[in-house]
Amino acid sequence: MTEPLLDIRDLTMRFGGLVALSGVGLHVSAGEVVALIGPNGAGKTTLFNCVTGIYQPTAGDIFINPPGGPRRRLNGMKTHRITAAGIARTFQNIRLFPEMTVLENVMIGRHCRTRAGVLAAILRDRDTRREEREVVERSYEILERFDLADHVNDLAKNLPYGDQRRLEIARALATEPFLLLLDEPAAGMNPKETDELEGLIRRICDEEKVSVLMIEHDMRIVMSISDRIVVLDYGQKIAEGTAAEIWENPAVIKAYLGEETL
Amino acid sequence: MGPIRRLGHSLVISLWFMFLTFPIMVPKVDTIEKTVQWRWDNLLYVGAGSFFLSLLWRFLLERKERGPFRAAEREQKPDAPTWADRLRGNPRALRSVVVILALAVCIFPFLPFVTTYQVNILTNAILYIMLGLGLNIVVGLAGLLHLGYVAFYAVGAYTYALLYYHFGVGFWTALPLGALLATLFGVLLGFPILRLRGDYLAIVTLGFGEITRLVLENWGEFTFGPSGIAGIPRPGLFGMEMNLHEVTIYIYFLMVGLCLATIFVVRRLQDSRIGRAWVALREDEIACEAMGVDTRMAKLTAFALGSTWAGLAGVVFAAKTTFVNPASFTFLESAMILSIVVLGGMGSIAGVALGALILILTPEYLRAFSEYRMLAFGVIMVLMMVFRPQGIVTGVRRVYTYTRKGQDGKET
Repeated sequence: MTEPLLDIRDLTMRFGGLVALSGVGLHVSAGEVVALIGPNGAGKTTLFNCVTGIYQPTAGDIFINPPGGPRRRLNGMKTHRITAAGIARTFQNIRLFPEMTVLENVMIGRHCRTRAGVLAAILRDRDTRREEREVVERSYEILERFDLADHVNDLAKNLPYGDQRRLEIARALATEPFLLLLDEPAAGMNPKETDELEGLIRRICDEEKVSVLMIEHDMRIVMSISDRIVVLDYGQKIAEGTAAEIWENPAVIKAYLGEETL
Repeated sequence: MGPIRRLGHSLVISLWFMFLTFPIMVPKVDTIEKTVQWRWDNLLYVGAGSFFLSLLWRFLLERKERGPFRAAEREQKPDAPTWADRLRGNPRALRSVVVILALAVCIFPFLPFVTTYQVNILTNAILYIMLGLGLNIVVGLAGLLHLGYVAFYAVGAYTYALLYYHFGVGFWTALPLGALLATLFGVLLGFPILRLRGDYLAIVTLGFGEITRLVLENWGEFTFGPSGIAGIPRPGLFGMEMNLHEVTIYIYFLMVGLCLATIFVVRRLQDSRIGRAWVALREDEIACEAMGVDTRMAKLTAFALGSTWAGLAGVVFAAKTTFVNPASFTFLESAMILSIVVLGGMGSIAGVALGALILILTPEYLRAFSEYRMLAFGVIMVLMMVFRPQGIVTGVRRVYTYTRKGQDGKET
């Protein structure tokens, strides 16, 4: 059996007396789209922050098995190293670089895959020029695939909302991840944009060979796209399974609708 | 607001001002003759002045508030850019402006009416351009508010002064050493502040600047305390003998050369992988780190490189004035350099140059009004922050153009 790309075991995160996550286990295998759902405050974003190194988990292990690489433990690693190791993310409230152009936003994503330092920047030798050209080409190529090529030189803040969401995903993909974490990618989108997003996530998974773990509240997209759904409530995993299984799980219904009182 | 109401409002303001300034503007008590002089005409001036100023202020504010709509129109009609955009979009005009500027800079010290004093103050202004550009890396690009920049300037100046005093080291050897030592200090300061951001960072850098000055003032055996070090030689040119006027012109050209080198390096850094990482750091630190940028490294390099220019400028400063003491490196200097960057426009090289020329040359030419200098300075700063908070010249992002798919991307 092949090892899962992301393997989270017994993850616990405490903020003082508040237990945001307790003993959560989760895995994402190659080629999968896994959805993470749960009511507000269930600990979904906290889990993302633990995986990407923004928070240090109180207990538990996060392992990755990058394709063609050795198994690694992510606990205690710096955020930028985790990105370099192949996990990229987007944010719940869009965090683009507003005063930079669309292209530059994506170029930042290439940062961890390039090397030019201070001296190279000043001397601008042949290697640096080549690297710079590659960064531009590569970023432009990604933007073309995301239908953002017409906006390359616009400032990111001037893009329409849906495009900003797409740009954030494009920027994350520029880091060449094997696993993409999407934090509510469909938030604030209209039905048409949501449909487009669905196609986009499918394409990322099938064509770019990037697995996806996403937090989402829009049940329509969750049900239609995910191979597997994990449900969190009050920091605990209460259910896991396919869309059909989750739909009928009494624990999930209870978490979302409240207990039936007679 | 209707014109009648507007006039009424200004009238109220002028009456209020007349009331407020009445005790100091109108009665004049002569204690010897025991008479009181009533200067009612002054009251009239105050009233009329405040009336028209308040009208003007209101008019400008209203114009500014209409601004966003104008900007929206501009987006739809790209034919109405500002003069700076127009200049940027026209390479021929830009080139001729640069050539004229270069010629002016070269000819300036040899013009018949230009005195040593004039050359000197322009050299000083160029020195501040260099300092501004260095601080611009830290504040404008990386977005780290640095209030102790003058400390590194002091490190450069004292490097030359002390090395000359103890070992007789010359200017040209001290120049790279001063830069190197300032960079080292930048890294040293950089380490503890890596975790800080915003206000906390500003306070720590402010403290560092003051600590440096206090050490210079109180460590008598090493720095010679408040009396400073005098008799530092001016830079030489292959052992040539020069009189004061000639050496001033020489330092002027030296400074122009260093400044051009600074502009060259800063431009290249701006357009590089590192420069982009700095701007991303300024825009959003968490997103920046999540995109794989080592933010600690980015901050550290920004600090170190910013300090390098301060060190270089410090060595030149010591050589130019032939005297250093701690009084030259007060917080006011840091504030001045920061004002240059903010007034000129953060992240823009032309803006910083313009800011330095305005802030350094204006007080020199307004020596006649020297008592009101700080007052004017404050007024200018307030006006800038109200009407043009982004600075005189705004930095523009680099534009890349391509030929579609498969072919090489080209830059303009």
